[in-house]
Amino acid sequence: MSTDNITHTHSAHVSHHFKDATQEYDSGKQGIWLFMVTEILMFGAVLVGYGIFHHLYPAMFSEGAKQLDWKLGFINTLVLIFSSFTMAISIQLIQRNQIKKAAMALAVTILCGAIFMVIKYFEWTHKFHMGFYPGRFLDMAKTHAEHANLGMYFGFYYCMTGLHGLHVLIGMGLITWLLIRTIRGDFHSQYWIPVEGVGIFWHIVDLIWIFLFPLLYLVG
Amino acid sequence: MGHSSSAHGENYINCEKGLWSWLTTVDHKRIGLMYMITVMFFFFVGGVMALLLRLELFAPNTVQGVGQVLKNGDVYNQVLTYHGAIMVFMVIVPGIPAILGNFFLPIHLGAKDVAFPKINLASWYCFMFGAALAIATFFTHKIDTGWTFYTPYSIRTGTSTVLMVLGAFVMGMSSVLTGLNFIVTVHKLRAPGMTMHRMPLFVWALYSTAILQMLATPVLAITLLLLAAEKLFGVGIFDPALGGDPVLFQHFFWFYSHPAVYIMILPAMGVVSELIAAFSRKVIFGYTAIAYSSLGIAAVSFFVWGHHMFVSGQSATAGIIFSFITMLVGVPTAIKMFNWVATIYKGSVSFDSPMLFALGFLFLFAIGGVTGIMLAVLPIDVHFHDTYFVVAHFHYVMVGGTLMALMGGFYYWFPKMFGKMFSETLARLSFVFIFIGFNVTFFPQFILGAMGMPRRYFDYIPNYEALNKISTVGSWLILTGFLIGLYAIVQGIRKGEKAPMNPWGAKTLEWQTSSPPPHFNFDVEPVVTAGPYEYR
Repeated sequence: MSTDNITHTHSAHVSHHFKDATQEYDSGKQGIWLFMVTEILMFGAVLVGYGIFHHLYPAMFSEGAKQLDWKLGFINTLVLIFSSFTMAISIQLIQRNQIKKAAMALAVTILCGAIFMVIKYFEWTHKFHMGFYPGRFLDMAKTHAEHANLGMYFGFYYCMTGLHGLHVLIGMGLITWLLIRTIRGDFHSQYWIPVEGVGIFWHIVDLIWIFLFPLLYLVG
Repeated sequence: MGHSSSAHGENYINCEKGLWSWLTTVDHKRIGLMYMITVMFFFFVGGVMALLLRLELFAPNTVQGVGQVLKNGDVYNQVLTYHGAIMVFMVIVPGIPAILGNFFLPIHLGAKDVAFPKINLASWYCFMFGAALAIATFFTHKIDTGWTFYTPYSIRTGTSTVLMVLGAFVMGMSSVLTGLNFIVTVHKLRAPGMTMHRMPLFVWALYSTAILQMLATPVLAITLLLLAAEKLFGVGIFDPALGGDPVLFQHFFWFYSHPAVYIMILPAMGVVSELIAAFSRKVIFGYTAIAYSSLGIAAVSFFVWGHHMFVSGQSATAGIIFSFITMLVGVPTAIKMFNWVATIYKGSVSFDSPMLFALGFLFLFAIGGVTGIMLAVLPIDVHFHDTYFVVAHFHYVMVGGTLMALMGGFYYWFPKMFGKMFSETLARLSFVFIFIGFNVTFFPQFILGAMGMPRRYFDYIPNYEALNKISTVGSWLILTGFLIGLYAIVQGIRKGEKAPMNPWGAKTLEWQTSSPPPHFNFDVEPVVTAGPYEYR
């Protein structure tokens, strides 16, 4: 992202403690990236746990993955990748002062997030219905589980997708906030830091899903 | 570079009035003071718990009722848990960064505020919310797991572990936000001429701390969430019945909590660097070495967590590797110690109260550090593990190190924060009581540990009685010291003489603005032309 077209005067958008818009922009961007580091580390720790237990019980994880519908996961992957695209487009459009189109792109992004969550909701309720509860609550008789500890796979499944889903919901909330501000006219070719910040967050959330999808649905 | 104080005597304290102006402030100085009040409150609560524990251990409960202060062992375990959890999560971890760091980091850099002032305020509310969740457990089912929440006990016990770990999670969030703010402020908001190598060593220490806060806390966060999920939904990751591994919890926990030990001590080292340079009137010896050894400690700290688990059943190879890497921490730490001593050497040393605390730090931290190296040695640790030797060791580091530095830093910067002077006599008196009381309390615990007295026990055999009595008397001396200190602070704020701009004759930027500083720290943005310790 080029910073050339940012004004260097102390415009109304620049907070009191920054010298100019460039300093504000650089600080904001560094801040959001640092926050993303913490997000990745947080998910990273679950992935480490996943790695350890997958190493110990590969067959059990494979049995768990077979219970999931990879087609639904694949649709969700496509939906999120598309939403990343519309998110990126919205920043481009704001930089070109095409505010209405940018608002449209943001709205589509929120819609994609909603589609993802609805599909996720049906997946979860279906699993509950079949008796695939997490951990020790897994219904061994109803599910005909081969491995006595299949519940652990679903423990990981619900923790990972749950935490990710929570991030999608937070992202949708943030993008709604962006949408309101965009319609209000807060963003234009001179100022778009929050849009880019939330955008980076949204891309990272998508990226985490790109890891979760093969690990949970396609493994084994 | 000198600036006149604001012409009409306006400063950050009196520029706005009313409680609401404080609760909604985004001024880093006011947020620092808000943290100060909350941390002092929690320190009081955690301190009362400690006194209760010591009172219980004053005598063994050999004859029923005699020597027994707390109702039973369960109550003892609860008091122990709250003492640990409050002191770690609500006092020592936020202590120096959130109070002194918030107040002085931007001023040290010549900035108007931290990079994200609103997030800074949000971090205080996060802290308060997390603390409220943790305190709420006190009124539901008091927890008794110890501050480490080890599985499987923490999952099976009927107490409010979930609420407690959610509290710790939210407080961790606050810690992450503070760290993030500090890193960006250091990188982006330095005044003209303030190069990285002209930053005060306190800022270097906070910077290293912030990196640890950012990198370690998320792992604690997810660990605590998984623990909550384990307890609520039985997910099985830490549950042996499902093939899960309770020791994995220990690995995850210490992957955060060992770096957290350095989150607690690095800022203290930064404060001590400032104090020693200012009161030796000398260019600090080995500026670069001290600055980079902070980063060195931060880096090594991520690879030593296994030394908390020498008896947990991890492999012998892992134990040996962790043992060696742990000893490596001694190197950057010793670099700092020697540089401080070399700074004092042939300096014009004055023994004002902040310097007394700094010297106290050097003495106590040396003991805490060296006993740490002893504990890093595998065969010794197997003997000392879970004895009072370990308790004495980490109190020498956390209290003898961090709290001494916090007190010293607090007296040092008091004139700047409040624009008043405190009673030097009272401050010195408080130092004498705290320093002597600390050693009387904790030195006997080294001997008790070597004799084999296990930690976390409600009672003990009569052989340990004499040393325990000495230890408990020491805790009363510490109490006296802190009460005198509190009196000195309150008296200073209410009746102290007006502080000059630079009472100690120090060279860092905060002493070149008025006491207390104006709302935006400097009337004119400073331009830096020299390093922070140009005494000669």
